[in-house]
Amino acid sequence: MTSASINSGGRVFAVALALAGWFVKFVAVVLVIATFNFILVHAAPGDPAQVIAGQSGASDEKLLAQLRAEYGLDKPYPIQLANYLKRVVTLDLGYSYRQQRTVASLILERLPATLLLTATAFTLALLSGIILGTLAGVRAGKWSDTLLTIVSLLLYATPVFWLGLMLVLLFSVQLDWLPAFGYVTIGVPMTTLQRMGDIGMHLILPAVSLAAVYLAIYTRLMRSSVLDVTHQDFIKTAKAKGLKQGRIIIRHILRNAMLPIVTVAGMQAGALVGGAVVIETVFAWPGLGRLIYDALLQRDYPVLLGVFLVMSVIVIALNLLTDTIYRVIDPRVSVRAAS
Amino acid sequence: MMSTLKSFLRHPTGMIGLFVLLAVVILAVSAPWLFPDDPWDMVGAPFQPPLSEGLWLGSDMLGRDVAAGIAHGARISLIIGVISTLTSLIIGVTIGATAGYFGGKVDEVMMRITELFQTIPGFILAILLVATLGPKISNVIFAIGIVSWPPLARLTRAEFMRLRGREFVQAAVCQGQRPLTVVLRRILPNAISPIIVTGSLAVASAILIESALSFMGLGDPNLMSWGFMIGAARTVIRQAWWMSVFPGLAILLTVLAINLVGEGLNDTLNPRISRKR
Repeated sequence: MTSASINSGGRVFAVALALAGWFVKFVAVVLVIATFNFILVHAAPGDPAQVIAGQSGASDEKLLAQLRAEYGLDKPYPIQLANYLKRVVTLDLGYSYRQQRTVASLILERLPATLLLTATAFTLALLSGIILGTLAGVRAGKWSDTLLTIVSLLLYATPVFWLGLMLVLLFSVQLDWLPAFGYVTIGVPMTTLQRMGDIGMHLILPAVSLAAVYLAIYTRLMRSSVLDVTHQDFIKTAKAKGLKQGRIIIRHILRNAMLPIVTVAGMQAGALVGGAVVIETVFAWPGLGRLIYDALLQRDYPVLLGVFLVMSVIVIALNLLTDTIYRVIDPRVSVRAAS
Repeated sequence: MMSTLKSFLRHPTGMIGLFVLLAVVILAVSAPWLFPDDPWDMVGAPFQPPLSEGLWLGSDMLGRDVAAGIAHGARISLIIGVISTLTSLIIGVTIGATAGYFGGKVDEVMMRITELFQTIPGFILAILLVATLGPKISNVIFAIGIVSWPPLARLTRAEFMRLRGREFVQAAVCQGQRPLTVVLRRILPNAISPIIVTGSLAVASAILIESALSFMGLGDPNLMSWGFMIGAARTVIRQAWWMSVFPGLAILLTVLAINLVGEGLNDTLNPRISRKR
């Protein structure tokens, strides 16, 4: 159980294997989604050139002809697909004729805000869920279980965008504690530190709304997981050895009880990123979700397809993150890999 | 069957859910009689607060009745919830049954596909599908079905793998019954109760996806829906809280009721599994 028994060569090998596996998954997902995008453009009603141009260019014959030539839309499908995949691999995500900019530059501009929001919400849900769940599990009582069950049932049934609006209603409109919309206060000169604080204030409501339901799930899971682990033999051994309660909880219970929560968090990464799209729409948060919303209004397909690809990559990155956390905290994994 | 029904009737939260759900169904069915006017029509002054004359849930910025919108929206939510779940059941059970019955290479390929669909952000895929195919109710149902089947496929596969080696299945295979017969007549009936439970919970999440899609402006523009009402209320939240509060409560209550019924079904249909917790 202790790290002394782990041979370091086995650990390096295991990590390399995991990275290779992750890379294969990454490439597979990118290729499949690119193919999917390609099929969608051709499945959409109307001429694919018109789909790529968006509604703006639909009547401009010259632009359509240029697009057909550029994308080789008169060639057979397999060749078109191969060309498209080649462009995706070289990070060419196309051109938004609506915004007169490349999709890649649009996405790069919006990416930091989305990463900030999803990473904050993910960390918030995971950390608070683990802490609250451990507290509830260690002091297991009827009331904490009932309260947790009710809160998670309610949150599970709440549309995330509506929760966001209700928090705005309470904390911005009624109490006037937090800003309701946006990323940073505009038109006020600020030092870097003030600016970071300002962004932080704007971040609270969107991050909490996005994290709430996962926070409830993880707390509930963590509680039952802590209860499971507490009854196992090695905890009895630790108690019999005379270890202090705090040390038992942190070194023995927490480490083992966290594993299922980390697994579930990895599985829900896709849902979290999808939720971010809606939350950004609610809070006018200038990230990729907001970009999707604007692109939807204008039927700007190159942007939609590009964002879908990038969002999927974010999900795989979150999967890699949870895999890594799992490997770091799991007391057994590296032993198994070495044998 | 009777004993299952009896034990569900004795399930307190399941029964609460059932009553709330029945109320929503009655509201949806009777919407054309309760609110005979088109929910898109202007019936009063704009921005009337709740309990105004003739408008107990108030009116929106175009003078439309919020209560009428909720009643008519109930139809859309329930219809889309049920039909899109049936769609994802057809996809998920077919894939899960094929993988679980044949095993081996077939299983591997099917599970890779399932895994892939679980990795990609489903909601964004649904947005893309509706945006490219057009915001029609049939496309919304198709999109929700496409993104919701993986859990059903995994569950069906697990059940089929468990039952595949049982003696009554082996006996049927030895008698020379065709695979389709074995699957449909022997295995599926024995795997049906967990599928029903997961399917009922899938209705709830389908309603949530539908509401988020119409919140983003991707609902059928001819049909009043709860998500659309909240989306329209977003920009006027400072003037008119009621426009977003009531449709949201409608979603919350409906989804909660379906989840409670689902959990009640789980406790009565799979007593072994639920007692383990």
